[in-house]
Amino acid sequence: MLRRRLNRLCGGDEKRVDSRTIYVGHRPCPDTEAFIPSKFCDNRIVSSKYTVWNFLPKNLFEQFRRIANFYFLIIFLVQVIVDTPTSPVTSGLPLFFVITVTAIKQGYEDCLRHKADNEVNKYLVTVLEDGRSVKKESEKIKVGDVVEVVEDETFPCDLILLQSSREDGTCFVTTASLDGESNHKTHYTVPDTEKDLQALTATIECEQPQPDLYKFVGRMHIYKPEQEPAVRSLGPENLLLKGATLKNTKKIYGVAVYTGMETKMALNYQGKSQKRSAVEKSINAFLLVYLCILISKAVVCTTLKYVWQSKEGQDEPWYNQKTQKEKDTNMYLKMFTDFLSFMVLFNFIIPVSMYVTVEMQKFLGSFFITWDKDFFDPEIQEGALVNTSDLNEELGQVEYVFTDKTGTLTQNNMEFIECCIDGFQYKHRDTWSEVDGFTVTDGPVNKLQQKAGQEKEELFLRALCLCHTVQVKEAGSEEVLTDQVDGIDEMRPQLEEERGFIASSPDEIALVKGAMKYGFTFLGLESKSMKIKNRENNIEEYKLLHVLNFDPVRRRMSVIVQTKSGETLLFCKGADSSIFPRVKPEEVDRIRMHVERNATEGYRTLCVAFKQLSAEEYAVADTGLREARLALQDREEKLIAVYNQVETGMSLIGATAVEDRLQEEAAETMEALQGAGMKVWVLTGDKMETAKSTCYACRLFQRGTELLELTLRTLEDERLKREEKLRELLQEYHRKAVQDAPPVKAGVTRSWSTANQDYGFIIDGATLSIVMNPQHEVDASQYKSLFLQICQNCTAVLCCRMAPLQKAQIVKMVKTSKGSPITLSIGDGANDVSMILEAHVGIGIKGKEGRQAVRNSDYAIPKLKHLKKLLLAHGHLYYVRIAHLVQYFFYKNLCFILPQFLYQFFCGYSQQPLYDAAYLTMYNICFTSMPILAYSLLEQHISIEILLDNATLYREIANNAMLRWRPFLYWTLLGIFQGLLFFFGVRFLFSNPALQDNGQVFGNWSYGTIVFTVLVFTVTLKLALDTRHWTWINHFVIWGSLAFYVFFSFFWGGIIWPFLKQQRLYFVFANMLSSVSAWLVIIILIILSLLPEILLVVLRKPRGPHSRQVYLSLPFPFWILPFYHIHPILCYSP
Amino acid sequence: MMASSYNAKDEDGHLPGSVGSGGPGAVKSKKPDNTAFKQQRLPAWQPILTAGTVLPAFFMIGLIFIPIGIGLLVTSNNIKEFEIDYTGVDMSSPCFSCSQNYSWNSTSACTCSVPFTLDQPFESNVFMYYGLSNFYQNHRRYVKSRDDSQLNGDKSSLLNPSKECEPYRTSDKKSIAPCGAIANSLFNDTLELFYNHPNGSKITIHLEKTGIAWWTDKHVKFRNPGGNNNNLSSVFRDTSKPVNWHKPVYELDPSDPDNNGFVNEDFIVWMRTAALPTFRKLYRIIQKKKDNMTPTLPPGNYSLEVTYNYPVRSFDGRKRMILSTISWMGGKNPFLGIAYITVGSVCFFLGVVLLIIHHKYGNRNNSADIPN
Repeated sequence: MLRRRLNRLCGGDEKRVDSRTIYVGHRPCPDTEAFIPSKFCDNRIVSSKYTVWNFLPKNLFEQFRRIANFYFLIIFLVQVIVDTPTSPVTSGLPLFFVITVTAIKQGYEDCLRHKADNEVNKYLVTVLEDGRSVKKESEKIKVGDVVEVVEDETFPCDLILLQSSREDGTCFVTTASLDGESNHKTHYTVPDTEKDLQALTATIECEQPQPDLYKFVGRMHIYKPEQEPAVRSLGPENLLLKGATLKNTKKIYGVAVYTGMETKMALNYQGKSQKRSAVEKSINAFLLVYLCILISKAVVCTTLKYVWQSKEGQDEPWYNQKTQKEKDTNMYLKMFTDFLSFMVLFNFIIPVSMYVTVEMQKFLGSFFITWDKDFFDPEIQEGALVNTSDLNEELGQVEYVFTDKTGTLTQNNMEFIECCIDGFQYKHRDTWSEVDGFTVTDGPVNKLQQKAGQEKEELFLRALCLCHTVQVKEAGSEEVLTDQVDGIDEMRPQLEEERGFIASSPDEIALVKGAMKYGFTFLGLESKSMKIKNRENNIEEYKLLHVLNFDPVRRRMSVIVQTKSGETLLFCKGADSSIFPRVKPEEVDRIRMHVERNATEGYRTLCVAFKQLSAEEYAVADTGLREARLALQDREEKLIAVYNQVETGMSLIGATAVEDRLQEEAAETMEALQGAGMKVWVLTGDKMETAKSTCYACRLFQRGTELLELTLRTLEDERLKREEKLRELLQEYHRKAVQDAPPVKAGVTRSWSTANQDYGFIIDGATLSIVMNPQHEVDASQYKSLFLQICQNCTAVLCCRMAPLQKAQIVKMVKTSKGSPITLSIGDGANDVSMILEAHVGIGIKGKEGRQAVRNSDYAIPKLKHLKKLLLAHGHLYYVRIAHLVQYFFYKNLCFILPQFLYQFFCGYSQQPLYDAAYLTMYNICFTSMPILAYSLLEQHISIEILLDNATLYREIANNAMLRWRPFLYWTLLGIFQGLLFFFGVRFLFSNPALQDNGQVFGNWSYGTIVFTVLVFTVTLKLALDTRHWTWINHFVIWGSLAFYVFFSFFWGGIIWPFLKQQRLYFVFANMLSSVSAWLVIIILIILSLLPEILLVVLRKPRGPHSRQVYLSLPFPFWILPFYHIHPILCYSP
Repeated sequence: MMASSYNAKDEDGHLPGSVGSGGPGAVKSKKPDNTAFKQQRLPAWQPILTAGTVLPAFFMIGLIFIPIGIGLLVTSNNIKEFEIDYTGVDMSSPCFSCSQNYSWNSTSACTCSVPFTLDQPFESNVFMYYGLSNFYQNHRRYVKSRDDSQLNGDKSSLLNPSKECEPYRTSDKKSIAPCGAIANSLFNDTLELFYNHPNGSKITIHLEKTGIAWWTDKHVKFRNPGGNNNNLSSVFRDTSKPVNWHKPVYELDPSDPDNNGFVNEDFIVWMRTAALPTFRKLYRIIQKKKDNMTPTLPPGNYSLEVTYNYPVRSFDGRKRMILSTISWMGGKNPFLGIAYITVGSVCFFLGVVLLIIHHKYGNRNNSADIPN
């Protein structure tokens, strides 16, 4: 929707052009014949839905799109227009109430969005205009403006970097809020832009906005006086994205290329569509059934009415003449209005009050989430937040959990855990949380069993200190440089990464810090020479000759350094799989064990190797590297070839283990979710290795899990093209995971026994995009279905290197797959917003990466560990409550209206209501609404502790178990049974209406009142039977409602009401109570109606694999075993 | 009681330093209150309905209901009831000619005498009902066709009745009192009862015409306009009688001012619309004799003298006269007794069956389920 609006905003004419031309600083260029300032949209971000003007019509329109609201509107209109048995107030008032409450709620929510938008749009930025810096509101930035951004500010729009305060023309940014990577990325200025931006005359040609964060193509024409215009190509490294933050650079200037809704961030942001819960879908389905019942009732009555009337003397007997108007009315019009009148008479079968009650239940019920003190996090002094209460029950239905990794599963805090030098394990005794700065002084390396040689040790530590691309933050920035001084920094572990070291990957910092703990401190790189301080506090200096950069295919990096003594050394670190083949095999065995153990414990392991280069060797490598760097064609390939050539014959000196610290209780939470039958998918923008080790640490992957990998690396195959290879792999995995696996039983009985082979699936973003958009359209659906089938048979799925929109795509794909499972997304950063919005339920974590996720989520919790209680306890209870609420509402209105329907057969199909208007109106509002509301707020059929302890209980309500057709049928039959009983029980009693001991007779209103009394008592007691958790509130409302009914009836019948046209109920209730027969019939009908329920209690039997103690301590609610309602005897089958 | 004691807030100590201690204006911690209600920990009674608790209930229901049912059935059977149809559909029926020759305009009343025999004596008070069949007093158009404020003695409604009374609202440009279809169709047959003494004499049985309507209807809901003005004809001066009536409302019972006009009990009884198309309405009460020796209605031959005014043949209706004694549960109706006996027996039977099943299966599978 947003995108459509975007097109409207930005003018259609521009769409046809493939590229846009931007005049830097709006200065016309000498070359172009005319300066045509093209129109682009402004830099305003709009996430709100309504404006003041369109709120009323738009909101009303949206509300009446709801089937129920529309229905009630129609009923109301019919009542207004046609002469109907009940007054329009009976349906108009509740409808008005519902509409108003919803409108206020939605208006308030939209108001909050406006506020948030304004916060962004009114933010002041500095724009360079005619040589002066002007402060402007962010929304006023136009394409072509030159914008100044200072350190730690976020970019207000997508900018091309023109000038940086750093000398080398670079700047650092962090895109944490965009893709979740919190490391610093280097961006470059466009070469040859002049220092004086005022003199710069240039145009930029670039592609039209597109959502891919990592793609940008453009070129810049720079015009200089008396020179040919220079052309510079622009790539993603020149583009600063809106939402990213400038780091470690004092200020930059950039020219706006995409603004407002055209920025990549906005394009990645998905419109907020109204989420609807599965329960609401069930309600709508039930509603249709009841609508059919209603219409058929009306049709039956109308037809019978005319059949009955055709008999002589029936239609208009002498005692009951029609009015002149009625006589004049056209027969067919009469039939139609009769039909409508019946509709109105029976319309209570579809209860408007149910919607009110459901809304109230959701709204009030959600407070229990905010009130829960278990969700309170002392660190941020906040508890859980509920942004929408519409989805409470959806929390009990989740089948797929999509979780972000960084910041959600992990704390994104890299920590050096241990290393292994020459086969000996070194473990640092203290953890980050303690003040351990001083351990460095009292013994650098703790010997665990045996110690490697001193020389090896130092070599290893030197390697850690040298083999990286870490930069030390310059002194003179606002923060004091602390890293040389041990201790101080260590005391603030949360902030350290930002503090001293800057690196493209947080684990490099962890390694450098690890080395520091053991006595080797990296001091920095100055004009190609690296300084380290060794254990003896001497400064060692190394000349950095070459850096062999890390890339994901080689999965290692190296440095070549020259010592003071002139030795040339190569240090290499990388993944075990890429190092082991390049070192001597006998060294591998000693270390492999450690590496594998560490890997399964969830640590990120790296192996460190070194090699001494002779002068000749170095000379060869040096020339090779230089040549390759200068190559114009195939530079990458050539470089890699040289790298591979150099990095051979090394000797392995050790391995490191770095932990990306998990969130508290992450593993337990994941285990509980899996135990509850949910499938957990990890979607991350991070590297595969990192993500994989996290999965191991969270016990999503376990030792026995067989990993099925579908990444660019596995697709590399000389023989085949990528796509063919992909097809091959997909089919192979499919065979493995789907066809060979024993058939998994659907539903509650799903076995998750460990006897089966567990599969884990790994896919990366690039491969996923091939799966989603293959070259041949025909393959798309095949790939997708293969992919989905594999995933559904895996216990855990890991998707790495995902762009935000890809995350949403995955969620969408699963969401729309067969059976449309309920999905939940949980994340903490702006990069997770799209998937949070896409999933049925979006959970935001109140993490460090800003508030976007929280703002866009449906629920926000402070920590991942809270997810367990949120789903297993709150979700479960909400679902049970609301499901019971819905079923109960349909049931109670069915047995309310059925007698009224049956009465038509005895009153000449004349639409005579059985109950008095007051009873008709009050039934749903007063007499029976409070007990069910209290039930739906307070019921705990299983106590919270047991729900938390037994994750498997969650599966009992999986697949909307309580709102499927079978329980619905049960409730409907119960309603019909009771309705028939009420009506005919009283009907037989009234075969002699002389029911009092003074021989006086009862009339039709007494009849209705007896039926109604039985009805109110029965439905209330039925609820009492279902209540498993009787708090004083339940007692109060259940007995209070009954007492209120009696009191009201006395009151209503006790006075001649001046405003009533007819005193129908005058003393009817009191007279009824004076009749013994009436008492007796009420008692027996109530007992008889509840008898089946009570019978079921006896027949209810525990079954299934669940632990007996659960059943013994708790009565298991019978509606979970709906089948037994219909065939209770079956309960005895084993 | 329970509520107050458990709902009291017993707050956790706040984290030190986390809350500003500057009184009410200080920033309040967002830490949720640790109350039983908010934490969903209200003390609760968790009843467990098990076979052990329910089975005795079944037996109890059985044991209580069966005697009640028997009592009800016996009571109902002891009630004497006699019913006679005097519509005059058959040629042989004494009222045949009356029913055939009926016309609204006839000024002379058609009378007929229906003989009947009571086999058993009717003890204590005997209640005389008239019954109508296929008469839809519960038709919507009919039910709403009345003006209760007019009947309550409201002057303005008397002269300007409610629209609901159409088409029985005005006649000859005068408002009708009482207006509406119900009042218009007031049952106007006159029933009289005679006992044919074996010695040949015909004894009139005294029929009490008061005490047949609900007390509240007679004294509160229905009131004559004009308050205590006994001159009803002047009160109803500007109104017209209902079209089908032979006499105006203030002449319903000229002999008794407390039973005349809107408070006439026959009228009030008729105005309480029946629930079903076949119904009976109390017509007269035959008080039991002062001496307890002779029954109110001894067995023998009786004749029912009908002044036949009320046409029912046009809609295929029937008219009946019913004589009935009354017990504490009202008129004769075996339904309740049968229902109680049936339900009681079913419960008892189910209890036995369940007990057997439970002993057979319950012990083996889940013996722990039964206690509590």
